[in-house]
Amino acid sequence: MGFLDIKQATKSYGAVQVLQETDISVEEGEFLVLVGPSGCGKSTLLNMIAGLEDVSSGEIAIRGQRMNEVRPAERNIAMVFQSYALYPNMNVAQNIAFGLEMHGVPKPERDKKVQEVAELLQITQLLKRKPGQLSGGQRQRVAMGRALVRDPDVFLFDEPLSNLDAKLRVDMRTEIKKLHQKLGTTIVYVTHDQIEALTLSTRIAVMFGGYVQQLGTPKEIYDNPANMFVAGFMGSPSMNLFPATLADAGGTAQAEFTLKDGGTGVLPIADPAIVKHAGRKVILGIRPEAITDPDGADRNSKAIHQLEAQVEVTEPAGSDTFVVTEFGGKEITGRFRADVAVQPGTSHTFAVNMEKAVLFDPETEARIR
Amino acid sequence: MAQASSDTAVRTGSATRFIIYTVLIVFCLYYLLPLYVMVVNSLKPLDEIRGGGMLSLPEVWTLAPWGSAWSTAQIGVEATGLKPYFLNSIIMVVPAVAISTLLGALNGYVLTKWRFRGDTIVFGLMLFGCFIPFQMVLIPMARMLGLMGLAGTVPGLIFVHLVYGIGFSTLYFRNYYAQFPTELVRAAMIDGAGFFRIFQRIMLPSSGPIAVVCIIWQFTNIWNDFLFGASFSDFSSQPMTVALNNLVQSSTGVKEYNVHFAGAIMAALPTLLVYVVAGRFFVRGLMAGSVKG
Repeated sequence: MGFLDIKQATKSYGAVQVLQETDISVEEGEFLVLVGPSGCGKSTLLNMIAGLEDVSSGEIAIRGQRMNEVRPAERNIAMVFQSYALYPNMNVAQNIAFGLEMHGVPKPERDKKVQEVAELLQITQLLKRKPGQLSGGQRQRVAMGRALVRDPDVFLFDEPLSNLDAKLRVDMRTEIKKLHQKLGTTIVYVTHDQIEALTLSTRIAVMFGGYVQQLGTPKEIYDNPANMFVAGFMGSPSMNLFPATLADAGGTAQAEFTLKDGGTGVLPIADPAIVKHAGRKVILGIRPEAITDPDGADRNSKAIHQLEAQVEVTEPAGSDTFVVTEFGGKEITGRFRADVAVQPGTSHTFAVNMEKAVLFDPETEARIR
Repeated sequence: MAQASSDTAVRTGSATRFIIYTVLIVFCLYYLLPLYVMVVNSLKPLDEIRGGGMLSLPEVWTLAPWGSAWSTAQIGVEATGLKPYFLNSIIMVVPAVAISTLLGALNGYVLTKWRFRGDTIVFGLMLFGCFIPFQMVLIPMARMLGLMGLAGTVPGLIFVHLVYGIGFSTLYFRNYYAQFPTELVRAAMIDGAGFFRIFQRIMLPSSGPIAVVCIIWQFTNIWNDFLFGASFSDFSSQPMTVALNNLVQSSTGVKEYNVHFAGAIMAALPTLLVYVVAGRFFVRGLMAGSVKG
């Protein structure tokens, strides 16, 4: 039993089930990110934890106590909303103190706590201002202050950074991470941004179509995606996925696929267990950083394989150059060091780190192991 | 408003502008003529009016007609002037406006932020109530007031106006609150505020513009109402509009036009005052929510 337990929870609106049976157990101090595209059920799940939406079946428990029938105010949670939801008629100090006031905390203690939180978030000079007079980043801080001051069991964040501009978003992301490390609070965080999910979380639940597709640490999710959706959704640029056929090459498996010039590309599969699938059609998944120029390949890998392929486009991105070619009829992006000379239209050697390759079933989209 | 219109206005030559302003001023004068007639004639002795020349300024300026209309003129059978009826109107209109605005706000809050099964039907029925002609409810309402023991009293009139006013005030507040971010209500719920706390601390303080619209609308309608006042009041509870009618009707041989004019202005003054004081918020409130930012 964890600190926050979601047990077989579902949510339906009439006949439409928007959240399928979900089981997640969050430990104290964990930073769980719910990530997925719009309409995947992540915000619904968050609102169910907050008590803003009823649980259709199953149970949500905090510290082992069933919360289904408990009002949001009595769950000892705090929430940061996408729009910040600052009360426009109150100044910053009143905004932060409102929750304490509603819970009957006496005025001197309220003032003291507001002051502490304001110092922590460096918004002391803003306490007398109205939300309308603040910038986006400042509003964001106030919204966090309002959550922090309550000292709740669980913090809930609903896409808190999506209204900020790109640079501020990165800064605030770091700040949230620092805050979590400093305070060690339990956080459930909803986002559609996979980079936020990977950088912030201690664990990620990737959601799609009302199902939790995979629950794991950022590394597990990134390196060992459970299915093609998770593989394609997490990571930027996204994982290369292309069709290939498995063949038995004397005890180990190898993947065969067509190249742009009509030839056949061959990549041996590192995992010896895969040989039992010989003859199957599969989808091969390789991340861009596992397809490099030969000198840029990971020196610790024991399964670097080189092959010649036609370069179609190069996209210099400053630190790296993304090189696009074609495997099995799909566009493939490789990540080359910036100072490697690559000409579009010519042939070049690609080094593929097969330790990082994953296989999927083309029909079920599930992982083949 | 001024800045917005000067930005988008078409530039015109000074000749065109001269013509436009001349026409506008003529229209203004024409529209203000009745008010002018009322004011000047309320300040003349009666024989000057009877001597003709409704438009001329008084030769002898006098406030006597005002004094008479306020405290000594014959209203029906009693020579009390309009004073007691003016007070009747005030003690009717203030609670009726206050309560219908507050209930409208509460209804709007429930219909947008605490939605329930069938809420649109409830709202539809309330809207429907706005448009039921007054005459249709006279007899049922008289019966109801009789059953409640409120027939012929000021509280009875307040009740009638309340029933009619809630439809409109609900409409105003519902549409205003529909634009109000629901996340704020949710944040307040998590902060531990209950139904009425959220209403009082979060919703009401943000409702200034629409409250002004609602108050002006209700005040004007209730103050100017004649039909309900004439139908449901006693001699002791008649509102200003009914008393004004009685003042004009109950002549003791001579029609005192100057007193009638003074009385009519008195009856119109409170609504005028409300418009002057709150008028600029009125437009602002009507526009609120229609344009973002």
